[in-house]
Amino acid sequence: MKKDKASAPAAAIDKKAFRARTWKQIKKNKMVYLMVLPVILYYVLFHYKPMYGIIIAFQNFSPRKGVFGSEWVGLQHFKDFFGGYYFLRLLGNTLKLSFATLLIGFPIPIILALLINELRSKKFSKAVQTITYMPHFVSMVVLCSMIRQFVGSNGFITHFFTTFGYDGSNMLSKGSLWIPIYVISNIWQGAGWGSIVYLAALTGIDSELYDAARVDGANRWKQTVHVTFPSILPTIIIMLIMRVGQIMGVGYEKTILLYNEGIYEVADIISTYVYRMGLISREFSFSTAVGLFNSVVNFILVILANQISKKTTETSLW
Amino acid sequence: MAKKNLDLMDSSPKVKHSRGENIFNVCNIIIMTMFMIACIYPFWYVICASFSKSTLLMGNQSAILLPLGFSTSAYERVFNTASIWRGYGNTIIYVGLGTFINIIMTLLAAYFLSRKDLPGKTFFTIFIMFTMYFSGGMIPGYLNIQELGLYDTRWALLLSGAVSTYNLIIMRTAMSGIDGALTESAQLDGAGHLTILFRILVPLCKATIAVLVLYYGVGHWNSWFNAMIYLEDKSKQPLQLVLRQILILADLSDTGVGADDVEQLSETIKYATIIVSTLPILALYPFLQKYFTKGVMVGAVKG
Repeated sequence: MKKDKASAPAAAIDKKAFRARTWKQIKKNKMVYLMVLPVILYYVLFHYKPMYGIIIAFQNFSPRKGVFGSEWVGLQHFKDFFGGYYFLRLLGNTLKLSFATLLIGFPIPIILALLINELRSKKFSKAVQTITYMPHFVSMVVLCSMIRQFVGSNGFITHFFTTFGYDGSNMLSKGSLWIPIYVISNIWQGAGWGSIVYLAALTGIDSELYDAARVDGANRWKQTVHVTFPSILPTIIIMLIMRVGQIMGVGYEKTILLYNEGIYEVADIISTYVYRMGLISREFSFSTAVGLFNSVVNFILVILANQISKKTTETSLW
Repeated sequence: MAKKNLDLMDSSPKVKHSRGENIFNVCNIIIMTMFMIACIYPFWYVICASFSKSTLLMGNQSAILLPLGFSTSAYERVFNTASIWRGYGNTIIYVGLGTFINIIMTLLAAYFLSRKDLPGKTFFTIFIMFTMYFSGGMIPGYLNIQELGLYDTRWALLLSGAVSTYNLIIMRTAMSGIDGALTESAQLDGAGHLTILFRILVPLCKATIAVLVLYYGVGHWNSWFNAMIYLEDKSKQPLQLVLRQILILADLSDTGVGADDVEQLSETIKYATIIVSTLPILALYPFLQKYFTKGVMVGAVKG
């Protein structure tokens, strides 16, 4: 405290000098600022301007009247959404789909990386990597059309399951199969690619750690548990936080390409509902309100995940 | 044969393994092989189906290992479908010009962020990072494109994702890793910022730039949703949107399938379309592969 008081006038002078210096720096480097200007403009026009556009969630927006001319309705759209028939169904479906992809989809690349790491033949390991990365490059539209073909009423996957007593109808018309189809196709497309980051982390492990463990009599399983796993844990946590940030934004592109009215009951999620309400039914204000709810929940989740991870493991995004 | 198997299990025969370890090694190879088959078979099925005789394919529901009969008529139809080639042309524009814009913008911003003690850096970092975690959402974004007058123009697709914050951070990290003495001495020699960026930093960051070209390029190639909501004019649609019409909406009118033979060819045409549209990526795959690990390594940095 005492120290602060004593240095107060000095701080004022410092501040002045600092400002002068800053200004000089900016003038001297004005070319850098000129160079970054288009990027700032991009962020303002394509990110911050739409954020300002969120205010239409509190209006009855009509494009003809514009933001300034439209009538204000306060929280009416939020009340309509939370009190409406679809709210619980959409929230439930979104969370179910997210947690299913997270719970099953998240550990598999880690397991895959650990298994690839245990392969003794370099050539074989290279082949596994090359082949399992490939599905990542299939576009979403092509992936979904393949799924539709394979699990349709004529598809070979459907046919395969008829030998186990499945009735042979289009699997995408069965609500109970929606999440399995979604999750398994996600794994098919993403597991190999997802394993790269862990493989990279695995190659960074100091081999002396393994030597030491072996001297202590640890077998391969014990080495995995006590050396390998702890070494890649920070990577796992960073990836997990980033995944949590995607929970509310879970795959609307894929859902739109795959679902149909018959399974809205289980397949419709908040983001696909926003799309239909906003861009097909043109209910701009209501759908913006629903979208805002989604964004806010998502934002809170990222911050929570980051805080929890910071406290418990000292690993965090920021 | 036996020797080969041995080699698969162990490339260093000097090390002795316990029985348990050997069992694990064998199981691991089996699991990995099964996973590889699961990854590759769908591609193989599509290839076989696209060359099959459509009547035979229609009558068959089970998995196939070879084309049923042999026919290229589906490919003939696909090659004669104007909308697919139009889509291809548009996609080349979006991938080429779009990626160019992406890279220039990313370099410009990364240069600023990588320079030491320039005022405003912290603010700019927060300014861009915030957009990673919060956005206006789909509808305000859509209305914004309309307000900016970009609706139904190619610029809607080229500009709406001009910078990816994530890629920008990767680029910044790469540039920060370069010895500051290089840029300082260049500056003393009177080099301007643009010269430093494009003459000194860009050549030194080639590998990272290659990775970002891959990320941005594949992103443009695969993108369809923005095109669906921002474009009405069919002549501007990228390939993925044409594919959606043919493959997902099963609207085969563009392929010239007449009413009489719709049922006949529709299935094989779909498979041939998948092949024709995926081939460029798969052909580039071996050349891109060396960048994968590098790419994810540079991506594994903290934000």
